[in-house]
Amino acid sequence: MNEYSRKMIKVSSVNLFREQDAGKPPVLDVRNLGIDFGGLTAVDGFNMTIGPTEISGLIGPNGAGKTTIFNLLTSVYQPTRGSILLKGIDTKGMNTAKVNKLGIARTFQNIRLFNDMTALDNVKVGMHNEIKCSFLASLLHLPSYYKSEKKANEKAMELLDFMGLADIADQKAGSLPYGVQRRLEICRALASNPAIILLDEPAAGMNPSETAELMHQIRRIRDTFQIAIFLIEHDMNLVMNVCEGIVVVNYGKIIAKGTPEEIKNNPAVIEAYLGKKKEADA
Amino acid sequence: MKKLWNNKTTRTNLTTYLVVTVAFVVMQLMSSFGQLGSAMKGYLIPVCAYIVMAVSLNLLVGVCGELSLGHAGFMGIGAFTGIVIAALLQDAIPNDTLLLVVAMFAGGIMAGIFGFLIGIPALRLRGDYLAIVTLAFGEILKNIFSNLYVGLDSEGLHMAVSTGKVQLLEGGRMILDGPVGATGITKLSTFPMGFVLILFTLFVVLNLINSKEGRAIKAVRDNRIATESVGINVTAFRMKAFVVSAFLAGMAGTLFGLNFSSLQASKFNFNASINVLVFVVLGGMGNILGSVISTAVLYILPEAMRGLDDLRMILYAVVLIIVMLFTWSPSVKNAVQSVTASVQEKLRKNKKEAVNNE
Amino acid sequence: MQIIQYLINGISIGSVYAIIALGYTMVYGIAKMLNFAHGDVIMVGAYISFCVTNYLGLPAIVSIIAAMAVCTVLGIIIEKLAYKPLRGTSSLAVLITAIGVSYFLQNAAQLIWGTAPKNFTSIVTFKPFSFADGALVITGEVIITIAASVLIMVGLTLFTGKTRMGKAMRAVSEDRDAAQLMGINVNQTISMTFAIGSALAAIAGVLLCSTVPTLQPTTGSMPGIRAFTAAVIGGIGSIPGAMLGGILLGIIETFSKKYISTEFSDAIVFAVLILILLVKPTGLLGKQVQEKV
Repeated sequence: MNEYSRKMIKVSSVNLFREQDAGKPPVLDVRNLGIDFGGLTAVDGFNMTIGPTEISGLIGPNGAGKTTIFNLLTSVYQPTRGSILLKGIDTKGMNTAKVNKLGIARTFQNIRLFNDMTALDNVKVGMHNEIKCSFLASLLHLPSYYKSEKKANEKAMELLDFMGLADIADQKAGSLPYGVQRRLEICRALASNPAIILLDEPAAGMNPSETAELMHQIRRIRDTFQIAIFLIEHDMNLVMNVCEGIVVVNYGKIIAKGTPEEIKNNPAVIEAYLGKKKEADA
Repeated sequence: MKKLWNNKTTRTNLTTYLVVTVAFVVMQLMSSFGQLGSAMKGYLIPVCAYIVMAVSLNLLVGVCGELSLGHAGFMGIGAFTGIVIAALLQDAIPNDTLLLVVAMFAGGIMAGIFGFLIGIPALRLRGDYLAIVTLAFGEILKNIFSNLYVGLDSEGLHMAVSTGKVQLLEGGRMILDGPVGATGITKLSTFPMGFVLILFTLFVVLNLINSKEGRAIKAVRDNRIATESVGINVTAFRMKAFVVSAFLAGMAGTLFGLNFSSLQASKFNFNASINVLVFVVLGGMGNILGSVISTAVLYILPEAMRGLDDLRMILYAVVLIIVMLFTWSPSVKNAVQSVTASVQEKLRKNKKEAVNNE
Repeated sequence: MQIIQYLINGISIGSVYAIIALGYTMVYGIAKMLNFAHGDVIMVGAYISFCVTNYLGLPAIVSIIAAMAVCTVLGIIIEKLAYKPLRGTSSLAVLITAIGVSYFLQNAAQLIWGTAPKNFTSIVTFKPFSFADGALVITGEVIITIAASVLIMVGLTLFTGKTRMGKAMRAVSEDRDAAQLMGINVNQTISMTFAIGSALAAIAGVLLCSTVPTLQPTTGSMPGIRAFTAAVIGGIGSIPGAMLGGILLGIIETFSKKYISTEFSDAIVFAVLILILLVKPTGLLGKQVQEKV
């Protein structure tokens, strides 16, 4: 029994794609999620579940509402309808910080690093809630402060090393190349010890060799930390290769769900991406 | 030790402590050898108080990126609390230094409590709106101080917010008398205690900056949304910084208040808040040593120019504007660069010609 | 009857705040800066008007025009010398510079006119109107002030709505870069905004000193802060907001002085500001902007 058991909600339909996850409760269970901005419906009827060690993809044309879904999952926006169950707990009314503590971390489409801080400090900010040191101990630099800082440094270096960033630990985040910044953002998200990590276009701006390296790293993150990964990406090669399950959205609604193979051959998806064939062509 | 010195932040921090200590020792020596004029001597303690004000405001403005225009309000809380506490405990604590320390902590704690209460509504706002609300709180506090009546007699403290309400027994006296302010204050503040308070402030602020709390505070300034995304409750952090800053300002206020025999609430008006902000901005945002130096220089500058009489404040204004233009404006900076470049070019040419002529 | 009397007085002082607040709000809307020197421009306007009537013996209307002309030029010069070089840098740097300008104006005025308060002669010469056997008295100043603020409001609304320059101003305040790409001269538009704001400040200065006749170098500070508060209550950047905020503030101030406490009227006014911002964080008529993620 964990500390949240009181709030447990029974999860009914589980449509997991990964064999290893069969029989386990999903880490994320989204039901009938929707949000309106003014009169405009940005997301509607969004349903999906993600298994505890699953890599899932969210794809769709520009403006389909993908980032909005991420913002809903991380409580940047509060949904108009529906519910989000993270580890079985409804996140309704929680703020972003609380949802992160519960187990969801993310990266951003337009990179949001702490540019004036070193890469190492960026990761240490990510570890904030893992560092056990009271406010008074911080203010007066009591021995517990030095102990916790030493531990934090070690763990942050480990994480940077894991992402292949150990040699840039002391550089300012803002001065790093684009691809490195993206990886550092993943590193910072991992530092908050999440159960699921959301990656918003992790390969954007990367060259093919960087992307290939990233694909390898995404799998390695899942295998090492045993966490779920949910990613938005326009690079179809990456999505089809690393994702076990894929959700396709258009105009804020799910138009297809399935394995990469199923998605590739789905007529609705082809139509959304390439447009409808004209009658005359038929 | 060498390893410590190689760490950049440790080095900056040690330099800060060192500069402050050297300045204190020099001033103390000059003072004891009679090298300081009486006017200059009179500035020593207020300068200490304002340095603490500037460093604590820098924590808010420079480090956290929150603009506060009501910092003098906290100073006022500290000053008047300290004055009342010092009067109340005068007989209980015979040692002046100890009494001052107790009064300073009382002033700091009171200011911290008010900081917390004000922070609850104010920190829901951001940027210019936060600035306006702090301005409003500063004005409200000043308004309350100038209508606060506190008297002390054998029965204890009596308080009221309108004139004539405080009835004292025989032998009692008014500590705060509304618009007249505090009178008959026992001067407890000393320059060495001012120095100790500066060291304490530096210790707290520098430690805070170099801890996980400080990292979080800087992170909030850089990117609020990203900070929240890694599980940091941004409002709680802004609040911690706000309360610590108010606490230190309160202590500075007590030091300042117990340096004069009488004190009016108007000392803690909007202009006082603005002056501290000027010290912080000119000293460099987030640069703690910068705040210390700019406060010392700028506090004494208008006083040192007293000989110029009417012109001094106008010169101060002009210096302020020019310094801002030279340190911030890209166009002025470019102009300065091109001028220095052409001067250097000319000098080189002259040198070359001189060499050729030989 | 008494209530109506206070209401009218409140609207009158509120109208002055509103005229000053317009200057704050327009500059904030277009240059995104808090122009703390604005209150001191009011003081300069009042001094110019005072000099023209008292030393040159010219009629009031000439003195107002002279004050407006001087303040307009002053506003443009301040903008060009002190604010323009800092455009696009930290807003804090601009704020501190504005404070420097404020110090400069106050001390320059002290140097020229001295610290001793001048007794300002009201520009209004006709007698107060008395109703209900003197229970309700409406002074000429009140009528002129309210009329002036209504005229200014209507004029500004027409100006921003109908003229090319006014439309350019709205465009620049909406999106400076886009406006520039559309061929709008941003520098000229900002200068124009300062010019209008300063001219209004001159009018406000004359009206203010006609009602409260002591004139000294610090005359502009407190009304400046009040008007700034009014602009924020109404929603800074919004022209109708400044008007609404100003009048509201005037009424609150007059009523709290009368019915609650004279000593705490400052505290009450600022407490109202805080309450309004808590309920509507961008003021009564301000626009809500959400950060994009």
